Amino acid sequence: MIGVEHYVVVSAILFVLGVLGIFLNRKNVIVILMAIELILLSVNINLVAFSAFLGDLTGQVFAMFVLTVAAGEAAVGLAILVIYFRGRGTIAVDDVDRLKG
Amino acid sequence: MIQTIAFYLFAVLVIASAVLVITARNPVHSVLWLILAFFNAAGLMVLVGAEFIAALLVIVYVGAVAVLFLFVVMMLDIDFAELRAGFIRNFPLGILIALVLLAELVLGIGAWQAGALELGTPSGQAMAAAGRDNTAALGGVLYRDYLFLFEAAGLILLVAMVGAIVLTHRYRPDGARGQQDISKQVSRRPEEATVMKQPRVGEGVEL
Repeated sequence: MIGVEHYVVVSAILFVLGVLGIFLNRKNVIVILMAIELILLSVNINLVAFSAFLGDLTGQVFAMFVLTVAAGEAAVGLAILVIYFRGRGTIAVDDVDRLKG
Repeated sequence: MIQTIAFYLFAVLVIASAVLVITARNPVHSVLWLILAFFNAAGLMVLVGAEFIAALLVIVYVGAVAVLFLFVVMMLDIDFAELRAGFIRNFPLGILIALVLLAELVLGIGAWQAGALELGTPSGQAMAAAGRDNTAALGGVLYRDYLFLFEAAGLILLVAMVGAIVLTHRYRPDGARGQQDISKQVSRRPEEATVMKQPRVGEGVEL
C-alpha cells in the first residue's frame, strides 16, 4: 500500500536532483531556472501528499500559491535573461557582474 | 494493486525525466523532459485524489511555463556547448552535496517514522467534507479561509506580468512601426478617430 512516506521519498529525490542540476549547469541560466522549477515541483508534491494523507485541504491551497509564485518567477527570470542576452550576446552566469559597480 | 503499479510507474518516470532535465546536452530536450516530469507529477497527484492541483499543474506548467521556456530557448542564439564546459568539473562537488542533502532528508523521514517527531494535526475546518469532490472542497477552503492570500497571489501575477513586459519592451525613438506613443494615444479624440456612415443596402462602405 502506498503511504505518505513513498511520496515524501519521491519528492526528496526530486528536490535533490534540482539542487544537483543547479550545481552541474552552473553556467547555463536556462537550465538553472528549470532546476528551480523541479525544486518547486517537489515541494508541491510534498504539500499535496501530506494534504491528502492528513485529509486537510490547506496543503493543496498552498500548493496553488507555490504554483503562482513559480509562474511569476519563470516569467520575470526569462525576461531578465532575454534582456541580458540582448545586451551581452551570452547568458554565461560567470560574466554577470554588471551590478558590481 | 493497480494503484501501487501506477505509483511506481509515475515515480520512476518523474525521477528519470528529472535526471534527463539536468543532464541533457540540448536545453530544448531539457524542456521536453521537464514537460514529461510535470505530467508524471500530475499523475502522482491524481493518485492521492488531488485532481484540481493535477489539472492546474498540466495547465499552468505544461501549458504556460514550459512553452515559455521553449520560446526563450529557441529565440536566443546561444552556444550551448560552451556553457557545458564546467559540467564534468562541477560533477564531484555536485554529487557530494546532493548525497549529503539526500542523506539529511532520508534521516528526517526516518526520524519521523521512528515516532520521535510530532506532526501537526489537521485543522478541523479545512477537512475534506465527505461527498464533495476535490475541486468543490478546495474552492470552499480557498474562498473562505484564504481569500486575501488569493487576492495577493493575483497581485503577484499582475506584478510579474507588468515587470516582464517593462523589462523586455524596447523603445525605438525612430518611430518604427508598432511603436507605442503614449502621449499620442492619450490626446486622441473621438471626433478624429471615428466616422459616421449610413451605408445603403447592397453597396458596401467607402472608408
